[in-house]
Amino acid sequence: MALLDYANPTRFLRLSQRILPWLTGACVIAFAVGLYMSLFVAPEDYQQGQTVKIMYIHVPAAWLCMMTYSIMALSSLGTLVWKHPLADVSAKAAAPIGAAFTLIALITGSLWGRPMWGTYWEWDARMTSVLVLLLMYLGLIALWRTMEDPIKAGKAAAILTLVGALNLPIIKFSVDWWYTLHQPASVMRMDGPTIHPALLTPLLIMALASTLLFFVLHLQAMQNEIMRRRVRALRLRAASSTRPARMTATSTAAE
Amino acid sequence: MTSPENNWALALLQRELRLAVRIGGGALVGVLFFLAVVTVIPFGVGPDLNLLARIGPAILWIGALLATLLGLDRLFQADRDDGTLDLMLMAGRPLELVVLIKCLAHWLATGLPLVLAAPILGIFLNLEPLAMGAVTATLLAGTPALTLIGAVGAALTVSLRRGGLLLAVLVVPLTIPVLIFGVSAANAALVVGTPFKVPFVVLCALSLISGVVGPVAAAMALRFSAD
Repeated sequence: MALLDYANPTRFLRLSQRILPWLTGACVIAFAVGLYMSLFVAPEDYQQGQTVKIMYIHVPAAWLCMMTYSIMALSSLGTLVWKHPLADVSAKAAAPIGAAFTLIALITGSLWGRPMWGTYWEWDARMTSVLVLLLMYLGLIALWRTMEDPIKAGKAAAILTLVGALNLPIIKFSVDWWYTLHQPASVMRMDGPTIHPALLTPLLIMALASTLLFFVLHLQAMQNEIMRRRVRALRLRAASSTRPARMTATSTAAE
Repeated sequence: MTSPENNWALALLQRELRLAVRIGGGALVGVLFFLAVVTVIPFGVGPDLNLLARIGPAILWIGALLATLLGLDRLFQADRDDGTLDLMLMAGRPLELVVLIKCLAHWLATGLPLVLAAPILGIFLNLEPLAMGAVTATLLAGTPALTLIGAVGAALTVSLRRGGLLLAVLVVPLTIPVLIFGVSAANAALVVGTPFKVPFVVLCALSLISGVVGPVAAAMALRFSAD
């Protein structure tokens, strides 16, 4: 199976180092094109004026904060079911990136909401669910940071990620339900049924650029995490050899 | 029921309940905390009885949620400290069932007292008898879900010293649906024209779902924390 060939971290490192420059280049080009099109080419909205340009950051970030969680859930399945040694590295590396995209989506959303709704924060159904998602990302990061052994932390976080993945649709549904129950007087809906192609093309390019950015950061973070675990294993070995017969070094699977 | 093979579940339930109510068990501290939260709220929002009656169900639900969260670290911690948890893991019984029974005992000792205390605390909040009944019914249907979801967090943080705060942070986002439907159903008694049955049925469904997901995930986490 092809995926299992890259279970070897050394082979994975070699491959990712070969891919990363190309991926970074593609990401830079996509951002250059996307930012140029969205800032200078795309027309202003007749209602929203210049503020519509927030959309080109906001929508890709919102899409990526969900994609990142899906990738983490898949990686967690890899950890628990196939015991793939890189799966928990992937999940751990993805969590801070996902939290960052979620935060970007929230901040740009509230900046966009200020001129549109007249308030920075509205307990709108979607903003509320994204806030809950941010809480879950931060909880997962906290769980990783409190457990010393990376393998145990990876398994614990994988269980929580999967329970969260089961729960996210329920949370989304219940927040939507709660919001329709407490529907405030008038909130402008952002999701118009149609979006003009002149706005859509830059948006899609920006979404592509952000997705590429995610993969660049993710691969880089995975490399860093593998290196960090190697340093940890070496230190443990060094510590156990200076004080022999006390304890044997616990080796990590990511060596 | 006579053979010891079938009796282990009952024996485990009795053991958990005895440990919970005796000295060091701390089962009723949760109710005291519930009382403390409800007492503190009027100092924060003012003694306006109309306002308190309006937000009363929400106060009772949030108080019950907080009291449940604070009691959760006792679910597996004491058993891990004295080695009972390792024996349970090695006993060859289905661990999911062990977790479910422990959750049931924990709920009987900490959750059920909250449900029983809710109508009395409702008096302080100027609740109508109908609203009092609605809050009690929703708490009865919803607090098992809180305990069962919390069991996952308790199992994940069992190997950590002072994991209580992290446990609360991990569990709170997962309990949001329970809170939403619990408070919505309870509010149906206050606001004319809002449905009671729909949120109440969804609340029961949430409890049933967590009865499956909670023990399975918690048992998995306990197995991983042991090896």
